[in-house]
Amino acid sequence: MQETISFTPQVGTSGIAQMLCLIPAVPVVASGVIALLKQPMRKTAATLAVGSLSFSLLLSLFAFAHVVSGWSHGHAVREVVNFTWIHVGATNVDLGCVLDPLSAVMLVMVCFVGLLIFIYSTGYMVHDENCTRFFCFMSLFAGAMLGVVIANSLLLLFMGWELVGLTSYLLIGFWYQKPSAAAAAKKAFLTTRVGDVFFLLGMVWLASGTGTLLFYNNGGGSMEAGALASLLGQHACWGLTAAGAIGLLIFAGAAGKSGQFPLHVWLPDAMEGPTPVSALIHAATMVAAGVYLIARVYPLMAAGSLLGGTTTALTVVTWVGAFTAVFAALIAVAQDDIKRILAYSTVSQLGYMMAGLGMGGVAVGMFHLITHAFFKALLFMGAGSVIHGCHDEQNIRKMGGLKADMPLTFVTYAAGMLALCGVPIFAGFWSKDGILEAGSHWSVSKGPVALLIFGALLTAFYMTRQVAYVFFGHWRGHKPAHESSAVMTIPLVILAIFACVLGLFGTPAWPWFQSFLGGRATPVEFRALLEPNVLLVSGVSVFVVLLGIVLAWWLYGDKSPKPDQPDVLQKAVPMPWAWLRNRLYVDEFYGVTFIAFYAWWARIADWLDRRVWGGAVSGVAVAFRGWAQVNRLLDTHVVDGTFDKGCEELSTGGGLLSRIQNGQIQAYLRWLALAVVVLAAILIWSSRA
Amino acid sequence: MGPLTLVQVTPLQGYLLLAAVLFAIGLAGALTRRNAILVLIGIELMLNAANLNLIAFWRYGPHPEALTGMMFAIFSIAVAAAEAAVGLGLVIHIYRFTHTTDLDQINRMKG
Repeated sequence: MQETISFTPQVGTSGIAQMLCLIPAVPVVASGVIALLKQPMRKTAATLAVGSLSFSLLLSLFAFAHVVSGWSHGHAVREVVNFTWIHVGATNVDLGCVLDPLSAVMLVMVCFVGLLIFIYSTGYMVHDENCTRFFCFMSLFAGAMLGVVIANSLLLLFMGWELVGLTSYLLIGFWYQKPSAAAAAKKAFLTTRVGDVFFLLGMVWLASGTGTLLFYNNGGGSMEAGALASLLGQHACWGLTAAGAIGLLIFAGAAGKSGQFPLHVWLPDAMEGPTPVSALIHAATMVAAGVYLIARVYPLMAAGSLLGGTTTALTVVTWVGAFTAVFAALIAVAQDDIKRILAYSTVSQLGYMMAGLGMGGVAVGMFHLITHAFFKALLFMGAGSVIHGCHDEQNIRKMGGLKADMPLTFVTYAAGMLALCGVPIFAGFWSKDGILEAGSHWSVSKGPVALLIFGALLTAFYMTRQVAYVFFGHWRGHKPAHESSAVMTIPLVILAIFACVLGLFGTPAWPWFQSFLGGRATPVEFRALLEPNVLLVSGVSVFVVLLGIVLAWWLYGDKSPKPDQPDVLQKAVPMPWAWLRNRLYVDEFYGVTFIAFYAWWARIADWLDRRVWGGAVSGVAVAFRGWAQVNRLLDTHVVDGTFDKGCEELSTGGGLLSRIQNGQIQAYLRWLALAVVVLAAILIWSSRA
Repeated sequence: MGPLTLVQVTPLQGYLLLAAVLFAIGLAGALTRRNAILVLIGIELMLNAANLNLIAFWRYGPHPEALTGMMFAIFSIAVAAAEAAVGLGLVIHIYRFTHTTDLDQINRMKG
């Protein structure tokens, strides 16, 4: 499935490429300005945030149009603007921006979804007293994320990467008065840090192996043929080339950010943050940054593959992705929190993207990333609307019948749910089918595609269960629910439209998106839909999706069990239910292994510090104090005594002599006269003798 | 040399005796007087006794024709005049500070 991508050499950079750095800069500056605003100036803060992101969206659209026009004229655009950041001796650290189809598509997606979520937030956060702080962080996040997208250097990408991690931490802990939110923020920060350490190692290795961290630099970048060939020549260990080892290290970073097993534990907890944050950061953009990173370093990941084969790094990516997809979907089946279900669904869908990247290349994974961003943002914002309408209730067992109370939210949510399940025509169908089809061609194993098909069944099942609990049946809460305001529903409608139609840009009959990313012409072949392989995959996928929906509807549809009654599945299979309910005990496993080990080690270190090192330091201190005491005694009694005695004698002698000088001149004169007499007497006697 | 024998006195010896008496009177005045101006007068007497010595040694010395003693005496008188001016100026200043010329009370130059 390796595509040969040939880009025309870069001639010059266009004006829009030069201005690319403004896209992240404007929201960052806006965030800085908002940080200086006073707390009550929420209108100004929201206006600044929305305005700056609108500007970025405008620029992104220009950039996108530039890339599309270049492509439609037959040459794939890849323009880079590099500059030297630091000189250290003979080494230069270069940073830069890149404008190519991949970054252009991501830019438009991030800005567009981000803008809609910003607008939605103005409605959602209007009652929060820290609205200003919220928009400050959100703007900073948008800027950092756009920085990740345009980065042409792994180092610049890493800076943005850490900044989005920071804003994610700040926003998960936005309501830091809640201990659970503070703990979730810490957990997210630390878990992603585990991945980032590996990322950093990979980056250092890449820098030392190729001498540059730029991706593209007119033949001199680390993702271009020369550097990759030199990396392939070096052998790491266990039969891996340096390229493969670096790829795996970078994938560990991506797995941390994108919530891949075994670093997925932070993402469900991250739902403690405000819902727009969950929609923007933990569904649409930041968690997709890991996928984007793999797409960005795809030449490295794929380096050294034989014709039609794959590499170790891509195999690992595929298996981890496929496993995560099923693993998270299983857990989602047994959750009751509306946002937690969506969070596990996000983890699962990110697994699909990873598997798509591993098996089908950049276009397949990225297409699912883009469609998923739209419908998952839609679902989260829909969930936010539901939570808002149900007076901050998040338990789906305590909702029900919202179809009538919140019609607009229901319709848009249903569109998102159908897109996520992969019902034909909706966006998720085409992108997920692309992954499944790529998997059916994969030469190494058919295991991942089987896992992913099972995942599709589970996805349809848990989403139907959720919708049945929330929107069907009868209301089980206390206060009646109400529809949200227009500022929240209009973004939902816009996203819902995209969730319906976006898939049409990447169907097998008209693979516009795939050709655009690959730099090829777009064929329009309706016969492609009828190819046996495509038909088979679509048929299987539609079948399992319908099976999942029907199964879930049969179990949950219109039943409205009381919140205290056990779930239908719980009654049927209590044991596996308990396992899934408790998230397969991964958190508990980490608790008794890594965290327990860490705590134990910390206790040892504490003991060592207090007893051993502390004792040694105190011992040295005591010894010095004793020595100082001895010195003090010597000083006072021996050295000082001698000196004082001498001084005393001098002082006494001086006192005696000073009596002669009593200030009376005649006394002096008397002495003088006496001396003259004595001298005269001596003179006379000596001359006699 | 028996007692009460009148000693034959040469002119030089006579001058030296006169100078010695003059010096002794001046010294006694400078040591015993309390008034600063009288002390100054005593000092002048001692100076003039010294001048007298200079003239006497020159006049009865080996080269009376060389005028050296006179030169010394003239210089010494000039210096004495300057010294007297300075001394009187000091006394006036001291009087302005302390409103007295009693030297027993002027004892601020002690160590």
